[in-house]
Amino acid sequence: MSTTATSPVPGPGKSGQGKSGQATPQPDTNHKPAQSGKPVTWKLPVTLAVLAVVAFIFFGLLGPQGSAKFGVSSGGDFFQLPAIEVPAFLSGIVLSVILLVLAGYALALKANRNRRPPRWLPAVFTVIFVVAFLIWVVGGARTPSISLAGLIAGSVTLAVPIVFGSLSGVLCERAGVVNIAIEGQLLGGAFTAALVASLTHNPYAGLLAAAVAGALVSMVLALFSIKYVVNQIIVGVVLNVLVSGLTGFLFSTVMQSDKAKYNSPGRLPIIDIPVLSGIPVIGPILFKQSVVGYLMYVAVIVIWIGLFKTKWGLRVRAVGEHPQAADTLGIKVNATRFWNVTLGGAVAGIGGSFFTLVAIDSFTKEISGGRGFIALAAMILGRWNPIGAFFAALLFGFADNLQSIVTIIGTPVPSQFMAMLPYVVTVFAVAGLVGRSRPPAADGIPYVKG
Amino acid sequence: MQPSAVPATAQSGSLPGGPDESESLLRRIFTGNGIVTILAVLLALILGGLLIAMTDKVVASTAGYLFARPGDFFAAVWSAATSSYVALFQGAIFNPRGTGVAGQFAPLMETLTIATPLITAGLGVALAFRAGLFNIGAQGQIIMAGILASWVGFALHLPIGLHLLLVLVAGVIGGAVWGGIVGVLKARTGAHEVIVTIMFNYIALYFLRYLLDTKLFQRPGETTPISPILDPSAVYPLLFGSQYRLHLGFLLAIAATVFVSWLLNRSTIGFEFRAVGANPKAALTAGINVPRATVLVMTIAGGLAGLAGVAQVAGTEKVLTDGVAATYGFDAITVALLGRSSPWGTFAAGLLFGAFRAGAVQMQIQTGTPIDIVLVVQSLIVLFIAAPPLVRAIFGLNPRKKQAATAGKTKQAVTTGGAA
Repeated sequence: MSTTATSPVPGPGKSGQGKSGQATPQPDTNHKPAQSGKPVTWKLPVTLAVLAVVAFIFFGLLGPQGSAKFGVSSGGDFFQLPAIEVPAFLSGIVLSVILLVLAGYALALKANRNRRPPRWLPAVFTVIFVVAFLIWVVGGARTPSISLAGLIAGSVTLAVPIVFGSLSGVLCERAGVVNIAIEGQLLGGAFTAALVASLTHNPYAGLLAAAVAGALVSMVLALFSIKYVVNQIIVGVVLNVLVSGLTGFLFSTVMQSDKAKYNSPGRLPIIDIPVLSGIPVIGPILFKQSVVGYLMYVAVIVIWIGLFKTKWGLRVRAVGEHPQAADTLGIKVNATRFWNVTLGGAVAGIGGSFFTLVAIDSFTKEISGGRGFIALAAMILGRWNPIGAFFAALLFGFADNLQSIVTIIGTPVPSQFMAMLPYVVTVFAVAGLVGRSRPPAADGIPYVKG
Repeated sequence: MQPSAVPATAQSGSLPGGPDESESLLRRIFTGNGIVTILAVLLALILGGLLIAMTDKVVASTAGYLFARPGDFFAAVWSAATSSYVALFQGAIFNPRGTGVAGQFAPLMETLTIATPLITAGLGVALAFRAGLFNIGAQGQIIMAGILASWVGFALHLPIGLHLLLVLVAGVIGGAVWGGIVGVLKARTGAHEVIVTIMFNYIALYFLRYLLDTKLFQRPGETTPISPILDPSAVYPLLFGSQYRLHLGFLLAIAATVFVSWLLNRSTIGFEFRAVGANPKAALTAGINVPRATVLVMTIAGGLAGLAGVAQVAGTEKVLTDGVAATYGFDAITVALLGRSSPWGTFAAGLLFGAFRAGAVQMQIQTGTPIDIVLVVQSLIVLFIAAPPLVRAIFGLNPRKKQAATAGKTKQAVTTGGAA
């Protein structure tokens, strides 16, 4: 029974209640206290070091001998850049040595001055690691050549629903409501978009209906978790099943009975902004998108500004961090939560319309295919910040896209492991191995006055 | 993401580790919770019936002259809904048109077969609930168990008895390890088990898909991802001969229920689990090793889900495919919630949902009602059970409403109190 006191578990009080990475200063018996009061752990430097050694062995020493070719320009660009061809072995060695230096720097900072590495370090490390990985994969492939422009454009496209889903998560959880129902919101949006667009012959009506459907799913979440104080995780899990059952049922009965009438929504047009879309690499991803794609950029920026630069955002975050205090100041806690969750659902619903109005022009069962859970992961990896979630979603879209490319060009890495990557990275993130991921303090706790 | 907020509401009404276990079944039925459970099931079935009627063609045509002859419309609604449910019942419990007594009871046997993995996986989820942990990972635990158990089953060739025992042990270990890792991560780093288990489900699924693509697991000469058939010595014996699929796994599910019931109510460890679930801070103060309890409960929960994986590969399917877990892992969550996280409640809920599953197949064949309606009814039941005030309001049980409100208040007080 007394083993808690003696066991080498970092911060026994913290682990006992599972408050993942709470910022409350915990006396850390293992390490010297840091200057700032927050404990500086070995986790990040050690993780970086392990990754760097892995990179050095696999991408460097065991790297492929050939060269990897990356096409930069696509046919439609208004000026052409030559393809980049790099020697795989040499660049593998060089990049992994840089990784080793970065990891060494982080270790030295921790060992000598007990300081955490600067904020740019993990980001730079990630980018270099991904580049080294890419060169290793392509260099070792049967056809060592891929279009970088296509890879990046495809990644952004695949990331669109994930970005919307993670924004929904951010909106809900910043206000203190856990949103496991992102998958259901995406699926509901996808189904409704297909149905309404088919009936009205207008994909824009479908887009609007998707937002409404997502909001409706969210309202159920809000109603049960706020009014009836049902555990939010339960409601989320059950809502996913409910939406999956409802859409599956209506798909089999209604949509299958008359496909032309109920399930042929037509696609949203791709809006090509002249000249700008011809810029190599970034042109197609920024200026050659569907409405949903442009809305994604708008939503990320608007939600970021809204949450961090406006009075509304301050209130939302106050409700998510310390509802009692917010209530004392006259903020209606539960109303704020209700409308935030609803708004989040609408955002996710729009993301769901991507499946049926942009990617494919019809609905099938389970078309969202677990992307709602990847979105949840992106939100966590992005530390409950819209911009962070956006880049995390891009990373996952990249992994998703690379997975299909890897299958085509034929490489030693099984595609299933690429598919696994987002989930593994997220486990590392919540376990605190790659930085701290701290949810809003009141996340998941119902608020009852008095 | 505060797990300390989970237990009080997770069991929606029944206090964790409350005395309801020792109460007689009859008394429980006549308490508020029993009525709410029945009404919730009823309400979900009515809503499901309306959904079936809404999409029915006869109903749609009679709706055209609704005001001229409303009787036709309501008759059509009634017949659409009831014919589906009658087919569901015939496919799940008793089929009067079956050949002989054996044929008539075949649906019941099928229900028990499908209920087997639901019960054991549901027990895994329920046990974790009682310790305040949200085990969404039964799906992944079933998969890992299926991988290990099937490999022992088709790759090793051992004498009868020993072989099956090894299959069983391998499967349980597979699930237990996969669940245990989550417990360790939770205890050591505070990583939230909901997120970790969701991610672990996908990691397990892709790992399974990878394995079914390798020589080690893919059946020789096959291009589809399917393993060799398990040795006859490695599969569960059938309970009532070859006419039914019901296998030894069902008896093991009963045994598992007895075990969990004993563990929770009679053992020291179980007491610790419940104490941690009720209030981790108080448990810590009382000298309970919370991290150890966390790891242990997740390991046992994973082992129970692993038993479901064994039932799949060594009982029902006899091969390993990437659909080995079907949706049993997710259904297990609803089973545990419906069973209010008590062992025998979970057992009963597993039987009910097993009946839904078995009956839905027959219903789809007979009336064309898609199987997905079961998901709708299932999730509605759980939603209603989780919100007793809503159910009481719908059925106009007003006198109870006030009590419910105060009961809700105290429950919320527990929740916020535990978290603050």
